[in-house]
Amino acid sequence: MKKNTVIFYGLILAFIIVAPFIFPDFRTQLAALWLMIIVAMTWDMTGGQMGYNSLGNIVFYGTGMYVAAVVTIALAYDVGAYTNAFGGGVYKFTDQQYFLGMLLGILGAGVFCSIIAVVIGFVTFGLRGPYFAIGTLGVAIAAGELVSNWEWVGGGQGIALPVYPGDLDTGKVLFYFLFAVTGVVLFIFLKWLYSTRFGAAINAIRDDEEKAEAMGIHTLRYKLTTWAMSAFFVGVVGGISAFQLIHFEPLETAYQTINLGIFMVVCVLLGGKGTLWGPIIGAILFHVFKEVTWNYFLGWQWVALGALIVVTVVYFQDGVMGYLAHRKPEWFGVRLDDKKAEVSQ
Amino acid sequence: MDQILINLSLLAEFPIVNLKIILDGVMIGALFALAAYGLALVWGVMNVKNLAQGDFVIAGGYVAWWMTQQGMPPLLGVPVAFIVLWGLGWVIYKTVISRVIERDLFTSLLATFGLAIMMAQLLNLMFGSDTQSVALGYKTLYFFDGLIDVPVAKLIGVLMAATLAIGVILFMKSSRMGQAIRATAQDARAARVLGIDTEKVYAFTFSLNAAICGAAGAIIVMVWIIQPFYGITHSVRAFVIVTAAGLGNLPGVIAAGLGIGALEQYGAHIFGIGYQQAIAVLLLISVLLYRLIQQRRLRQSLQ
Amino acid sequence: MKKISALTGLMAGACMLMSQGSVAQECEELILGSAISLTGKYATNGIHAKNGYEFAFKKIAEHGGVKIGDKCYNFKAIYYDDESKGDRGATLAERLINQDKVQYMLGPYSSGLTKAIAPVTEKYQIPMVEAEGASRSLFNKGYKYLFAVLSTSEQYLASAITLAAEKAESAGGKASDVKVAVAVENDPFSLDIRAGVLEDAKKFGMQIVIDEQLPRDLSDMSAILTKAKLLKPDVLIVSGHSKGAATAVRQIGEQNLSVPMVAMTHCEAADVVGKFGAAANDILCSTQWAETLTYSDSIFGTAAEYEVEFKANYTEYEGKKVPYQTAQASAAVYVFKDAFERAGSLDKDVVRDAIAATDLSTFYGQIKFSEAGNNIAKPMVLRQIQDGEYNVVAPSAFASHPLNWPRKAQ
Repeated sequence: MKKNTVIFYGLILAFIIVAPFIFPDFRTQLAALWLMIIVAMTWDMTGGQMGYNSLGNIVFYGTGMYVAAVVTIALAYDVGAYTNAFGGGVYKFTDQQYFLGMLLGILGAGVFCSIIAVVIGFVTFGLRGPYFAIGTLGVAIAAGELVSNWEWVGGGQGIALPVYPGDLDTGKVLFYFLFAVTGVVLFIFLKWLYSTRFGAAINAIRDDEEKAEAMGIHTLRYKLTTWAMSAFFVGVVGGISAFQLIHFEPLETAYQTINLGIFMVVCVLLGGKGTLWGPIIGAILFHVFKEVTWNYFLGWQWVALGALIVVTVVYFQDGVMGYLAHRKPEWFGVRLDDKKAEVSQ
Repeated sequence: MDQILINLSLLAEFPIVNLKIILDGVMIGALFALAAYGLALVWGVMNVKNLAQGDFVIAGGYVAWWMTQQGMPPLLGVPVAFIVLWGLGWVIYKTVISRVIERDLFTSLLATFGLAIMMAQLLNLMFGSDTQSVALGYKTLYFFDGLIDVPVAKLIGVLMAATLAIGVILFMKSSRMGQAIRATAQDARAARVLGIDTEKVYAFTFSLNAAICGAAGAIIVMVWIIQPFYGITHSVRAFVIVTAAGLGNLPGVIAAGLGIGALEQYGAHIFGIGYQQAIAVLLLISVLLYRLIQQRRLRQSLQ
Repeated sequence: MKKISALTGLMAGACMLMSQGSVAQECEELILGSAISLTGKYATNGIHAKNGYEFAFKKIAEHGGVKIGDKCYNFKAIYYDDESKGDRGATLAERLINQDKVQYMLGPYSSGLTKAIAPVTEKYQIPMVEAEGASRSLFNKGYKYLFAVLSTSEQYLASAITLAAEKAESAGGKASDVKVAVAVENDPFSLDIRAGVLEDAKKFGMQIVIDEQLPRDLSDMSAILTKAKLLKPDVLIVSGHSKGAATAVRQIGEQNLSVPMVAMTHCEAADVVGKFGAAANDILCSTQWAETLTYSDSIFGTAAEYEVEFKANYTEYEGKKVPYQTAQASAAVYVFKDAFERAGSLDKDVVRDAIAATDLSTFYGQIKFSEAGNNIAKPMVLRQIQDGEYNVVAPSAFASHPLNWPRKAQ
């Protein structure tokens, strides 16, 4: 690595670590920003790098939330009785039960979502282009509806987790770092992954699946592995969110198809599909725009969001990274001479 | 589980209920079929998958509702909604759709999704989020000891839907524009070579689609209720029907619409109406899977 | 980030100025915060609640504001739109507390949102008086900073069950022969109503013949009504916010369903009389408050005066009933005023203790909080739509008209 790169990453890492202490009032928003960055990066794994535009990745977020909640509760109590008792009886959790539940719940959420991804993917990866998008959207809607009718996990009542046992500020710092560590790990993982042969293979699937297949790439296996990895991280952040939110409903919070489920796509498109930094930049732009303006629109925010999607998709589909790559190719390692040579060929 | 068995036994005990369910389903399905036909049209002609389909329906409903609020006769709402939505469709075509036709399919899907969000919210801001409906005040016909009820309003709705569908079929068959649309659907380049102004055909098709949806919405507000956020429900139904029937197959779309209406009512009866949305979506997925397996046999993928 | 918070402050200030209007100048502002549903599935009732808050601010300002010591204050609220989503509501509550430094909160609309926000206000020890979250599950968590002016939701329609039992017995039958059909929306509030109904039905040994959940985008419930025709229940319970009431009334009329007793929630909010006329006749509606009740206080006057004045201020309610969602929102503001004045301080913990000690007669009814924070001093009433009028028929202490029973198909 070059010296400049080391300094660059070092500064970013330092900022990530000190940010919640410089801006103590914004810890929750910063945690939400991490959530957005992570779901955007994971969406880009299939959407940007592999060319499979899923509208149903939210299924892993919702499932992650439920798995984390169910695991934590099941360690201490009977889940059915717990969700049934919304009318009476207060269930208590010891610190040990809480933290053990948190650890197992979050990891379990990731692993379970990977498995789900393989199962769903086995079926949906036969669909191409818009059918894949519609099919996955269908899976997401159906999953939410089914869970909301499943009384064992509380049905439409939603499910409530115990409150963080320690003091308030520690709890917030903890949730911030849970998200941040997941995000950093994901970034390092993706940076490595995209540089390997595996990354090249999924790019080949995006560019021309038939040719990739003809070259001997077992496309289904690659597609499933990629989606499973992406689902793992979404499941993990779903699990963390469950603990952070404490109480959540199936349709409005866990399987929020047209909110977070679409936001992640918009973030990626805004920042630039199929790049490492694009989803991150898109998520930051989107989140800051949303947090600064959203609350003052009082009802108009959805009109603004719809307009943002339309404008991004119609006029600005390459996103920030695409724009930069076009205007400043030398930043991306393309020397202008090469470019000229390319043009003249 | 017990509930499901009880519900099934009810069907066996009172066979006439089956007729009632099918009738209800067919009446709903007829209106689903209208929106679905519009979708099949734009999908087939310009390869745009319009996720704002349901919101056109709801917008049409609000046009008709607003007219009755102004004291105009409710049935007039259907042609007015047709015309207003035609205009809206044309504007949307010019500003958004015309720019995504040549792009990859995910683009049109996402762009129309953005439109859907925008429209739902604008309707909410304009008309409020109350559920609305128009009471026609017609009688209800009863058969079989009152077990089967057919509100005259629903009957009128279905008749209007049928008239509209037949009108569109005749138009597509015999008019010059209809022929041009069909030619463009078959091969846009060839149509262009033969002197068909495909840009005009596209604009016309999309406006026609919006207008059909608007009329469907105006009928729906007379027989059910509407709410600004109900668009997605109708969009999902339209996609189920078109995916099941395939493109450019009007009788197929109508049959699939009626069939899905009836299936959904059966599902609601047997599993409970809490599962209605889930059933519609699961139907969509099963249809996709079925088509996928068909394609697999031909060693192709569904695209 | 500094810049952002300055910007937010500026914008919040601008918003305040815009909605300020004519408030007496000499009083200082006292800021309350609320995340409320302006969009999404709860938007209709969220707006009813917001109007109730605003109307109360205005009335209290007209009556000299909130007097703390020798100073006077006028209430002022910062609202955010929670989009009817719990996670958004919780985030916004944190935002109100952390960035806008709000010290006292008014509740959101619906039990689900209150469930999502209550853990936040509890964490920060911010007193929240809420008027729209009725689920019992809010009051078994040991919350210390949550207070609700309304009766809990299991009471909404349970009295209909009691009424059905009485009727069955007076007709010479047994209460245990009564067959009950329940159709409620799949959300926390309605499910809690269902729990209350099932509990009471079990007490009488009644049989539940239909027990179904309505989807959130309900527009057709003919499947349930057809089953009701076959199974002939004696009581039909429907709860699904405004859309549930509208759909049920319309289709019960269309299908000519004759169930001796039909009870539902949100009749007024859905304006079923205005929309469906005679089809709504003899339907029982549970309500937290009715303008015909004899409650009164010094700020809002009697319940009837509240309705008249409210309509004069919000003309869009012309020709409709003022929904109880609005009245209880105003009552929540009144609780704050009373508590501030008794506390004589702006310290949130002192105010919290003053709220806990509330014992207040209002136009909305008596308000006195239990240890858990719910109001135990006010009963639910059941009204019946009789020839287009809402008349109180239960409980008997408040009844102004006899119950029409059995209900005939219209």
